[in-house]
This record gives sequence, C-alpha cells and structure tokens, in this order.
Amino acid sequence: MNSFTLTQATAIDEALRDKASHDNSAYLGGGTNLIDLMKENVARPTHLTSLHKLPLSQIERAPDGGLRLGALATNAETAYHPEVEKHYPLLSQTILAGATPQLRNMATDGGNLMQRTRCYYFYDLATPCNKREPGTGCSAIGGYNRIHAILGASEQCIATHPSDMCVALAALEAVVQVSGPDGERRIKFEDFHRLPGERPELDNTLQPGELITAVDLPEKGFAKHFTYLKLRDRTSYAFAAVSVAAALELDGNTIREARLALGGVAHKPWRSKEAEALLVGRPATVETFRQAADQVVKGAVGQGSNDFKIELARRAVVRALKQATEMNYELDENAFLNSNP
Amino acid sequence: MKQTIAAPPVIRLGTDYIGKPVSRVEGLAKVTGAAKYAAEFNVPDLLYGYVVSSPIAKGKITRIHADEVLALSGVLQVFSHENVPSLAWFDRSYKDDLAPGGSPFRPLHDAEILFSQQPVALVVAETFELARYAASLLRVEYAAEAHETDIEKKRDDGYEPGRGKSGFMPPPKPRGNPNEAYKNAAHQHEAEYIHLAQHNNPLENFATTVEWLGEGKKLNIFDKTQGAMNVQQYLTKIFGLSKEEARVISKFTGGAFGAGLRPQYQVFLAVLAALALERSVRVSLTRQQMFSLGHRPHTLQYLKLGANENGGLEAVHHAALAETSQFEDFTEVVVNWSGLLYQCENVKLDYQLTKIDANSPIDMRAPGAATGSFALESAMDELAYKAGVDPLDFRLLNYAERDQNMNKEFSSKKLRECYHQGAARFGWEKRNPTPRSMRDGNWLIGYGMATGCWDATQQKAAAKASLTADGHLMVSSASNDIGTGTYTIMTQIAAQTLGLPLEAVTFRLGDTELPEAPVQGGSWTAASVGTAVQAACQALGKKLLKLAQQLADSPLQGAAFEDVQFVDGVIRLNEDISRRVGIAELLDASGEEKVEAEATTGPNMLKQQPYSMHSHNAVFVEVRVDEDLGTVHVARVVNAVAAGRILNPKTARSQVLGSVVWGIGMALMEESIMDHGFGRYINHSLAEYHIPVMADIHTIDVVLVEEEDDIVNPLGVKGIGEIGFVGVAAAVANAVFHATGKRVRDLPVSLDKLL
Amino acid sequence: MNTTPVLQKPLDSSPAAIVPAQAVTLHVNGEDHTLQLAPWTSLLDALREYLDLTGTKKGCDHGQCGACTVLVNGKRINSCLALATVYQGSDIQTIEGLGTEEELNPLQQAFIDHDAFQCGYCTPGQICSAQGLINEGRAKTVDEVRELMSGNLCRCGAYTNILSAVMEVIDRQAVVNNGTLTTIPA
Repeated sequence: MNSFTLTQATAIDEALRDKASHDNSAYLGGGTNLIDLMKENVARPTHLTSLHKLPLSQIERAPDGGLRLGALATNAETAYHPEVEKHYPLLSQTILAGATPQLRNMATDGGNLMQRTRCYYFYDLATPCNKREPGTGCSAIGGYNRIHAILGASEQCIATHPSDMCVALAALEAVVQVSGPDGERRIKFEDFHRLPGERPELDNTLQPGELITAVDLPEKGFAKHFTYLKLRDRTSYAFAAVSVAAALELDGNTIREARLALGGVAHKPWRSKEAEALLVGRPATVETFRQAADQVVKGAVGQGSNDFKIELARRAVVRALKQATEMNYELDENAFLNSNP
Repeated sequence: MKQTIAAPPVIRLGTDYIGKPVSRVEGLAKVTGAAKYAAEFNVPDLLYGYVVSSPIAKGKITRIHADEVLALSGVLQVFSHENVPSLAWFDRSYKDDLAPGGSPFRPLHDAEILFSQQPVALVVAETFELARYAASLLRVEYAAEAHETDIEKKRDDGYEPGRGKSGFMPPPKPRGNPNEAYKNAAHQHEAEYIHLAQHNNPLENFATTVEWLGEGKKLNIFDKTQGAMNVQQYLTKIFGLSKEEARVISKFTGGAFGAGLRPQYQVFLAVLAALALERSVRVSLTRQQMFSLGHRPHTLQYLKLGANENGGLEAVHHAALAETSQFEDFTEVVVNWSGLLYQCENVKLDYQLTKIDANSPIDMRAPGAATGSFALESAMDELAYKAGVDPLDFRLLNYAERDQNMNKEFSSKKLRECYHQGAARFGWEKRNPTPRSMRDGNWLIGYGMATGCWDATQQKAAAKASLTADGHLMVSSASNDIGTGTYTIMTQIAAQTLGLPLEAVTFRLGDTELPEAPVQGGSWTAASVGTAVQAACQALGKKLLKLAQQLADSPLQGAAFEDVQFVDGVIRLNEDISRRVGIAELLDASGEEKVEAEATTGPNMLKQQPYSMHSHNAVFVEVRVDEDLGTVHVARVVNAVAAGRILNPKTARSQVLGSVVWGIGMALMEESIMDHGFGRYINHSLAEYHIPVMADIHTIDVVLVEEEDDIVNPLGVKGIGEIGFVGVAAAVANAVFHATGKRVRDLPVSLDKLL
Repeated sequence: MNTTPVLQKPLDSSPAAIVPAQAVTLHVNGEDHTLQLAPWTSLLDALREYLDLTGTKKGCDHGQCGACTVLVNGKRINSCLALATVYQGSDIQTIEGLGTEEELNPLQQAFIDHDAFQCGYCTPGQICSAQGLINEGRAKTVDEVRELMSGNLCRCGAYTNILSAVMEVIDRQAVVNNGTLTTIPA
C-alpha cells in the first residue's frame, strides 16, 4: 500500500470537487474492495475522497413507485430492508448469497457495482495483465482460468465481474444514478458495466470523476416467482462459478414475463434478453427452460479450465427457472432461504 | 523435622482427572484475547520488517536498487544477499531437527532464485505501514531462467530418496510375487490417483518478534513455531549465539499443522535484522507469503490391487511419485500403509521423488498417510465393487492381524471395533449397495467408508515439577500447544499424579528455558511429554513421601512409593486410606520453600521392539450430491477412532472433529494451483484457496473406541492429532461414487468433475 | 543459458511524499484514545500496533478470513479493510471490551464450555462475529447460524463446537443434535 491523503467529504459536490482537485485520486466507499486492492498494490491512488459522511445511505420509495437505494446504503441494510424483502426478495436473496455478514455490513450498494474482477492474475503483480497494465498481455488466456469468462470475452481479457448483487440488479432492470463534473445522469443497468473488448482496463461506462449516488429499482419486483441460484466451490464465502438470477411472471402455467441474468460467466452481469424472449408466452416446463438455457450459452467459449462452466450454466439456468416457477413467495416468505444446492 | 501434624479431614476433591472432559485450562486467555501470539509482543522501540518476494521461479537476482528505498525517512535498512554478513559457513548449520536430506534453503544467502516467492530482501522501517510501502517500492532486477514446476513432465525423473529426514521409513522390500498374483487374480483393479499441492494455511501467519534486550547479544525471540528448541538450535548454529542469548518463546501458536515443525524464514530474517540494527524487530508474513512456505506435495499414485473369488486380497502394488525441491529430498511415508493395513502375501511398494523448481514441501497434518490412504482406500472401494463385496465386509475380510511389513505383532489394534461401532452408529446396514440407488429429490445420496492408520510414537522429553509452600504445583516442559490441548492434558496428568486440585497446577511450555522437549508433531506430544510430566511428578511424589516419613509418628512410616497413593490433596496408604498426610500441611511443616524434581523419559525400546504400534480409525460418510449441478454436501460423518487411552475426551473429540473438517477440505476443495507458465501458486489467498466454512460442516459424530495398550508408553496413549484425518478424504470420494456412480480419482471432488 | 530480464513491480514514477501522521481519536471499548496515525493505517493495525489491543487478530489482512472481526456501532465488520481515520466517532468494540476474565460475556463462557476453539487464533473474531449475529437477530436455526457464521474461518475445524456454543447463547435451552434443535428440560 502506498501513502495517500484522505478527505472526508460531507456533500456530493464537495466530493466531486475534492476528487477532481487531486491527481490519481479515488472515491472510498465501504473499502472492502479498494483497500484490498491497495494492499495488493493493484490500486495505488495518492488521494482518497471518503464518502462515508455523504447523506446517501437512505432507502426510500421513488416518485415513480420504484425504490431508490442510496449509494451508501450497505449491502446488509439493503438486503434486510423491509421494502426490499417484501417487493424485491430476489435482490435480498442475491445480496445474502454474496460475501459475509461482516463484508455486507461494510460494503455499499454503489461500491458493489464498482467491484473489480477477482482474476488471480489481475491481483498478482508478478504476472502480466491487460486490465491492470494495458498492453502487457492476458495471463489467464492459456493459464489457469477456472474462474474466467465464457461469454463476451475478448482476446485482451477474459475476466469476470464478481458481484452477486449486480446479477439481480441486471435482471430487475435497475437504473444507476450518477453525479459528475457535468451534472447528473441516469445509466441503464445493462449499459453500466461493459465487455472488455480492446479496453479491458475499463470496467464500466462511468466518466472520470463521476460518482454513483443511487441505484433505482423499477416498480416491478417479481416478488412471487424468482430465484438466485449460486454455484461455487464451497457452500458459503466464495465467488460464483456460475450464478443465475431468474424472475418470472406466470399466468397459470404460461410465462408472461421473464428475466434471466447470469453471474460468473462474463465481464459484466450477463443478461440474456434473447432467452427471455424465448420464454415469454411459453409453458413453464423443463423443455422450455432447456431451450432458454441453450440460448443463453449460444456462443459461449471455454478457455480450458473453465470449459465446464458452459454445461454448468446450461443446467443452472434450467434449475433456476424451475425453482422460480415452483416458488410462491407470497405464500412462503422463507422459501428462498433454502433454495441453493 | 520431627513434628506431628494432624491428619486432614477426608475431602473428595476428585483428583482423578485423567480421562475426564476437562475444559481447556488456557481457555480464559483465548476467549478474552489475552493469549499473546508471536506478533503480539509490543516491546518498546519496535522496528518492522517486510519481506520482498521473488516474482520468478528460477534465475538470479542481478540488481537490487536499495538506495532508492533507503532514501525514505524512517527506512533503516534493506537486507539482501548483497549486504548480509557472512554467517555460518556450512550448509549443515542451517539444518534443523526436521530437515530432510539435501541442503536447506538459506535466506538471503546468494543471488540464486530457487522458487517463486522466495524472500529476496527484508525492508526494515520504523512502522509497519512504512516498511510495507518501502517494500513495494524496492526495485529488484532478475535474470529469469527456464523453470519446470510440473511433476507430470518429470515423471521419468523419479528417484528413490535416502533416509534423509528423521522418522522417514523407506518402503519395505517386496514380499511374495505381486506381479504373478495380480495376473492370476479373479478381480483386478488398476488406477492412478492424484492430488495437487495443498498448503497448511494456519490462521495465524508466521511471525517473529525479536526483543533486543540490550545486554550483549541477548534476545527474546517470540516465534510462531511447533518447536522452540528446534528454532533455538537453528539460530544458535547460524548466528553463533549461545542458548542464553537466543531464548525462543512460543506460548501460543495459532495453528501450524506441520508448517511450524521447521524454523521458517521470518525468524531468520527477524534475528538477522535485530542483531544488525541492535533493535527489537518484528517480521510477519502476509497470507500470500504463506504460500511460499512448504506444502503437502503434489503426488501421483498408482495402485494395482488383485483379489481372489472370495474377495481375499492377493496382490497389492502401490507406487507414489511426489515432488520435492531442487535442494532437498522431502520425504513422507505414503505407500507403506498399503502393506500394513490389510493381510496380503504379495506386496510391492515404491516411493519416488522428482525435483521441480518449487520450495521444499513440508509435513502437513498426517503427512504421507493422508496422501496414501486416499489412493489405497479409494482403490479398495473400487475393488470391493468389482468383487461384489460390501466395502466394509471387504475390509473385515482382509483384516490384518499382524504387521506384515515389519513382521511384528500389534501392541494393540481395535480397528475391528472401530468398524463395528462406527457402522452401527452410522447405520451402514441401511446402505443399498448399488451406486446411484439412493436419492431425495434432486439429491443423490451416497454412503462411503474408509480406514485410517497412523503411528503411535514416543520421543525423548524432559519435564520439571515444582511444588511451592503455597501448595501450588508448577510443571514445565519446552513443548508446544498448537491447539491440540497440551496445556490441559499435562495439567490433568500432573494434578492426578500428585493428587492435587486442577486449580493448584500450572503447566508451562513454549520456552527454551524449560526442560527439553521435542517439536509438537507426529501426534507424539501426549505420549512423550505426558510421560515426562508423569515421571517428574512421581519423582516429586517420592520426595514428598520421604518428607512425610520424616514426620514424628508419620502414618506413612516404612511405606514404599508403590504402597501409597496421591489423591485428594493427601498422601495415603493404599491398604489403609485413613493413614494419610496432607500435602499442603506437609510442606508447611517441613519448612521447605519448595520441593522440585525433574525427569527425562523416552521410549522403552526393549519392551517396544517386538511390536508394531499404531492408531486406527474407520470413517463413515453420507454425502448428498445434486444430480444436475454436481454440488456435494457432506451431510453426516461418523469417525470411530482407536488411539489408546483418551486423556481428555473433550479435547480429543475436538481434534477428531477438526480432522473431519480437514478431510472434507481435502476431499472437496483444497488445492494450490501451480501456474506452470510462471512456476507460481496462483490462488495464493484465502479467497481462492478454499478451506471449509461453517456452512460446509454438518453432523459429525466422534466415537472414541476404548483401547488399552501398556506397550506404547506408561500412559497408554497413542496420540489423536492426526489419526482422525486419515481416511476421511477417501470416505468422501467413495460416498460420492456410491451416490453418483462417478469415480473421481483426482482431488478435490469439485462440482465440475461430477457434471 | 537463456535468461529473461524481469523487473519487480509496481513501479511508481516517483515515490510520493509520505503523508504525515495526524491526531486520530478512536472510541474503543468505551474509551477515547487519541493516536498519531497516517491515513494508511487500518483499524486492525491501529488496534494491534498502536493500542496494544492484540485480541483482534490478523489472519489474511484482506477480508478473507474474519479473524479481525470487531463490532462498530454494534455491527460486525472486518477491521482489516477499514481505515482507522474513517472510523473516528464510531463506537468500536473489540474482544477486550466484550468481557473480562472476571466477567465473561455469555459467548465467551459458552466457547470455553463447548471447547469451541483449538489454537484460539480465530476465536476473538468468532466471538465478536457471534455477538454481531445475535445483535442482528436474523439467525434462529442451526442452518441460519451456519450460513451467517461462515465469514469466520477456523482452520482447526472447531465449527461443530462453535455452532453449539452460539446456539446455546441464542437459546439457552437448545442443544444441537443431529442438525435440529432439541429442547432439553432444565
């Protein structure tokens, strides 16, 4: 870890100004990823603008009927918030599938979106990495890539986005509210994270100096038929090998609306609108789910150690859709607690 | 002393502590945070050292730009091979008690890089944060050379190691005609079993605080180790220090599991810096650097088993090839178990090493046995299916009544009882023998079992007992307690031997100023140090009896030591317990400040020579495997262990519970991934090197099978730190096969292998 | 012999000036402590190296083990990922503040009674985490406790006994028996 100065901002514009007035600066939220990266010397900012004192931790109803999650609300506050538990149980379940109680008490909702990849090589300064040092090469390609991407990767980078929460936010079509030097803007969740392409050092579409102030959930929460299925190498406290957020609106046995997003498979939470389209209007049967699963992994490419993820993703999609169909959260509020294999 | 004292009233203190579930005597210190570990002695004017590690696996350091870092205010020194004064001249000075054959690694000795993450420099600064920062700035230039870290590419370079390491037994010579017997066997099984390297990863990182006492070169060295004595002899030889100058202290050790058997490089670096700077210095390794230490070696095992029509074992061939470093021949007993555990006339056992460009492996809980038993017990399971015999019946059918490797009787062997009691507790009879036949919804259910075996050994050890006039007994030995319960069982042994209440006894360990004891390892501490503690207390008891007999009208007049018992705070006659002398009153009357005695004990070779001495266990496991997704949960484990006398069922049970967790880790998730391109373990963190969390652990049932043994040592104990772990991984893998019909022969059994 | 030149990373173009320490006041175990700390000091290092409160442990320093768990305003966090300066004004509780040898916290007593530790290194973090779990009030069943105590690694594998200890405190009448809660008569 290098030496740095730190300012505790108390207002958004103060934070924006403070960061802009320092070279090589970064915003500090919960710190669960940034401090980790600084200790590994992967991130070496010389100034931190701490956001702890910004008034952005409220969770409240938005005027359009949705819910606004303040960027500094912690993951734990969000998962256990009565409004979230009631109207967005998929989000609760997904947050609780990630990290640990300690980390969820520190990590903020805005920070969750800003998590960087857990690629071994990104974290290890002894190895080249295009994301950490553009142009040096990707060590994961041809290396050990069990935790790497099968969808949307590039020849520059095959890293995955490690967040669970973001998978649910992608499925729920959240909108990211940001403030920056040029004012405020809203970014659709699907446009927030990006694929590596030729610029793997960029994880998202934020402009320099921009700050996430809130994450907005639309009114529709799919609070009846949903599931977050997370498959990993131990039962808890591990990143997903593959995860699936599935949400359905059913009319009898017919799927009226579907949302499907995957984690652990790409540089961003991987929402498959094609698979969703395939589900709509069809009966909620395993046969339908299989077709959707095939659609999700169409074009998937294994890198060696992660080849298994293609088949695992296919099976996980089928299982998640099945679980979502069978779940009725309105009847059994504890149904999601024990739904993970 | 010619006075009379009144016989004390009879009070049932209940001082027969051995075998009782006494709570840990150091528990209070551990739950309040008062227990201090190596990096927690905040002595005045402390400097901090931070290790710089090599990014390459092989080559040479060509330049170290120390000047740039030394320019920072508060950085005191950058130690590297460029400026380390010439220390001990000979390689052998770096040999610790547990060094294997070869030349030990010498930190900062020369420009040579022998393994990735090798320490190349130590940056010392006024604060931890500054040392860490300065270390990150240090530019080191290397000339990298081609390395080879893949054992698969070195299959043809295997060689048989010498005896090297103390305690290593090369495989016995072949017996019978294994090739012929295999060829003629009605049922044959042949397969290769593999696991990658695994790292001990105790939760406390290795660390040393050296306190510069300002009296010549006198140092207090607070070190994380399993053996203070071993560290001391290593340091005295290298740095030319006397024993008085190099006092090594290790009262609490935050786990080690073998990694602390040998002195690790942080203690060398911390002492080096303290002597050079004449200041107190702390060096702590990072978690990433913990992956630069030893590991359980990546091992390839080849098993060939043959059985006759009735399921009788006719042929055993077990060959293992394990990695070692370029500079040492690390050895462990991997294959010998296959000639020991089952009755078989035709046996061939081979053990070879092959060199790669990595650090030397090190002992890791049940070294060798954990490795060998995974292969042997998986293969036995496979052959049982081929022979159409229940896996438990198959083992009972081939039960060894005699150690055929050594051609010796067992001093005791209650493995059959382990099988029976374990199977009954588990409900093995409910098992449908057909794989993939038991299920609950999406969950495939499997029952599997396996056997384990470990050595019962005793080492030379010394202890001292000192009873002071206030009635307090202090017993000490330079042993260690890495979480095994040593503090507690030694207190129990001492209290019972002298018939004193537990509260009146303190046991001290982890200090080279105490009587000599071996490193804590091999499950031998209870046997070795326990025997010494008992002997020291008995010697003290003899002195007390003598004092008691000097009393006027002593009720114990003329009694020999064997004629009296020490119980409930009194010495009394076996034949007439009303004839007694209170120990506290005796000391008071004698006017002695304290009564002391020491004892050194070791194995009774003459008595033990005809016998083979081992602990055993039988492990029964129920797994639930998601049919579609491959996730495995260990729902239930019954571990029946026969390990001689159990001194404390509470702490012994904990050892076995922990062993099962280790077995689940080994079976399902642990592996250190070597990226052969970089010659570097790449998952060097606790986020990516997975050990079980609480959610992975469900019901574990420990059965401590009664076993009497008066051969192994006077206490009849065999040790329990390792045996509970042996066989667990195989039992899990066997249960997975029973659940799914899929045989996974390369650990861990991760979900991708079951899709 | 073929060799490849390699230069150790990272390479800052020029080392930045070291930011000096400033007065930082931490409220720990009910008392204010003013320390001279630079921003780069973690809460964990502040406790261990500057306040000599070494009960809080460093197992990984990266939020991957839970040994450093402390309570901040009653909530459990990983102190290794917290910068001390940011936690000024917060109520910080460590193992030393949870109970004393003379007056143990019920969890501390239960850990001793159930032999819920071996080497003891993860123990303060486990106990602080369990206190945080109780404060949260979210875990009632053994499976919920298992999941919500999974942020604390125990390499000795004392989980079975940790679970028993925590369950005892959560419900003094409950014992863990085959994964289900059984009420035993007092």
